[in-house]
Amino acid sequence: MKIETGRRSFFDHPQVQLTLVRFREFRREPEAVFWVFVFPILLAAGLGIAFRNRPADVLKTGAENAQLASALRTEKSLAVEVMSRAAGERGLRTGRIVLLAVAGPSGGVVYRYDDTNPDGRTARLLAERGILRAAGVRDPAPESDSLVREPGSRYIDFLIPGLVGLNLMGSGMWGMGFAIVDARRRNLLKRLVATPMSRAEYLLSFLFSRLALLFVEVAVLVGFGVAVFGTPLRGSLWELAVLCILSAFCFSALGLLTASRVRTIEAVSGLMNFVMLPMWIFSGVFFSAERFPAAVQPFIQALPLTAVANMLRANMIEGARLTQVSGDLAIISAWLVVSFFVALRLFRWR
Amino acid sequence: MVNGGVALRLRGLRKTYGDVVAVDGIDLQTSTGECFALLGPNGAGKTTTIEICEGLLDPDAGTVELLGLNWASDARRLRQRLGVQLQETQLADKLTVEETLHLFRSFYERGPAVADVVAMVQLEEKTRARVGQLSGGQKQRLAIACALVGDPDLLFLDEPTTGLDPQARRQMWQLIEQFKRDGRSIILTTHYMDEAERLSDHVAIMDHGKVIALGTARELIASIGVDHVVEFAIDGALDVAVLEHLKGVRRARAENGSFQLQVTELHLAVPTLLDELDGRGIALTELRTHSATLEDVFVTLTGRHLRED
Repeated sequence: MKIETGRRSFFDHPQVQLTLVRFREFRREPEAVFWVFVFPILLAAGLGIAFRNRPADVLKTGAENAQLASALRTEKSLAVEVMSRAAGERGLRTGRIVLLAVAGPSGGVVYRYDDTNPDGRTARLLAERGILRAAGVRDPAPESDSLVREPGSRYIDFLIPGLVGLNLMGSGMWGMGFAIVDARRRNLLKRLVATPMSRAEYLLSFLFSRLALLFVEVAVLVGFGVAVFGTPLRGSLWELAVLCILSAFCFSALGLLTASRVRTIEAVSGLMNFVMLPMWIFSGVFFSAERFPAAVQPFIQALPLTAVANMLRANMIEGARLTQVSGDLAIISAWLVVSFFVALRLFRWR
Repeated sequence: MVNGGVALRLRGLRKTYGDVVAVDGIDLQTSTGECFALLGPNGAGKTTTIEICEGLLDPDAGTVELLGLNWASDARRLRQRLGVQLQETQLADKLTVEETLHLFRSFYERGPAVADVVAMVQLEEKTRARVGQLSGGQKQRLAIACALVGDPDLLFLDEPTTGLDPQARRQMWQLIEQFKRDGRSIILTTHYMDEAERLSDHVAIMDHGKVIALGTARELIASIGVDHVVEFAIDGALDVAVLEHLKGVRRARAENGSFQLQVTELHLAVPTLLDELDGRGIALTELRTHSATLEDVFVTLTGRHLRED
């Protein structure tokens, strides 16, 4: 048998081979491809459609008699129907109408509506204006509307950067954690350290493959937002790339830490969810983190996903420079450095 | 490689896990170019011993010298020269045979081409098959191939045929015999006495973390002073003491309703046994004889079988 020695081609370098293995394993795992590429798009599309900005709905109201009905009809946002009091009560109970106007004592009007329903309260205000206008009351001051519907201030614009952050967290942590625990469970890690393989090259292969996948997954999600919803990209794309890379490495380090000792898939799944759940809830991906009480804000702002979502929104929506998000950058860098070194200390190759 | 040098030297090796002493003071020496077998039942400390040799475990006490090198100062050089097959390693299911070997080949400075290794373990038809689709025997041959890609001077095989069907075992044996002919030093663990007898030049029998016998298979079998073993079962009861006095019988044991005689002269012992049973009016239901094996050596030394099943 012929023994080869000396220099070999680029593809024979262990770093290249290890990184290729990462790609192959990812590509041949259809579930992973779905969660990383398809799921975020489905989520963005679903939420984007559910929360899309529409012309304000016409509110359905009932009026007990024709006189009340004609007064209410002076409000364009109300759809008014004349109905008996009994039919009106039934309509209120079933949600067919949100407000019923009935004749009150001494020529007045009584509004029947559920004050916990925002539509009911809105209808109440509109109905009052209609009644007053019909009674000849003039507006005391001139008023006009200026509608805010431009890109950058809509829910979908808030959502897309958050979803990018969420995706970076999910694929970073699962990509690292699952692969490492699976290799440990199979005794494959132990087999690899019985070869002359460099342990640093093994860990670096995760970062290299992450870099390439990261580019694709961010491009797909942001591209979808831009193409379908017209999401703005007001910041520098280079700086956006820097933010994404740093975020991805931060979550990979967190994944490495989570997976540093675990031997079973079940255990690592539980641990991953335990680590990620607070961020799913508190980090302001789907709604602003500011809504939580002030007492827990220091905790929420220190979570890596909160910092990532803040940075990405600042870049994409406000066009902020790196220097303007230095606080969040510091939080991410701290998580990255601390997680990575603690993980290396704890890591078990066997 | 020159035969006759020292491949592996262990001195006072000890390893404990909590209260359990896995390896209890082992001294061993093997020569380059030979196949050395560690034979013993499950839990005897074979795998712990071999993993200490492979540099995967640190011993609590004792020294390990491989090819004149040691783990403390020559770990990088040693890794390049060792081939390792671990017990129960599952290689990545999603990679193909070729990709797996290419990966392992990339870690070594020198070694055969991937295609040559594939041919050596007869997996040519499976080159592009995913590891997950291979049979048990094919997976095991791939594991061996991964140990060969660095053209190792010393090959560690930990229970290479455990869990394989008889045909796959024979294929594996032929493969290992081929490595012996190539002049590689091999350290093998097994709990199959026929495997140790067929493949090894020297055998160390291990039990409870200790080496309880050491030598060639022939020497070990000769050491118990019997040539054959007679096993029989009867319809009725019989005192073992009676059997020990029969002509040509060295030792006698009763187990699970059958009897086992270690005999020096088979041609005398069997007729005497039959006469004895006949005289007592006991009917023979089963009678088997075989040449003494390493299993009989183990039974003689420990009173137990290698495989309690």
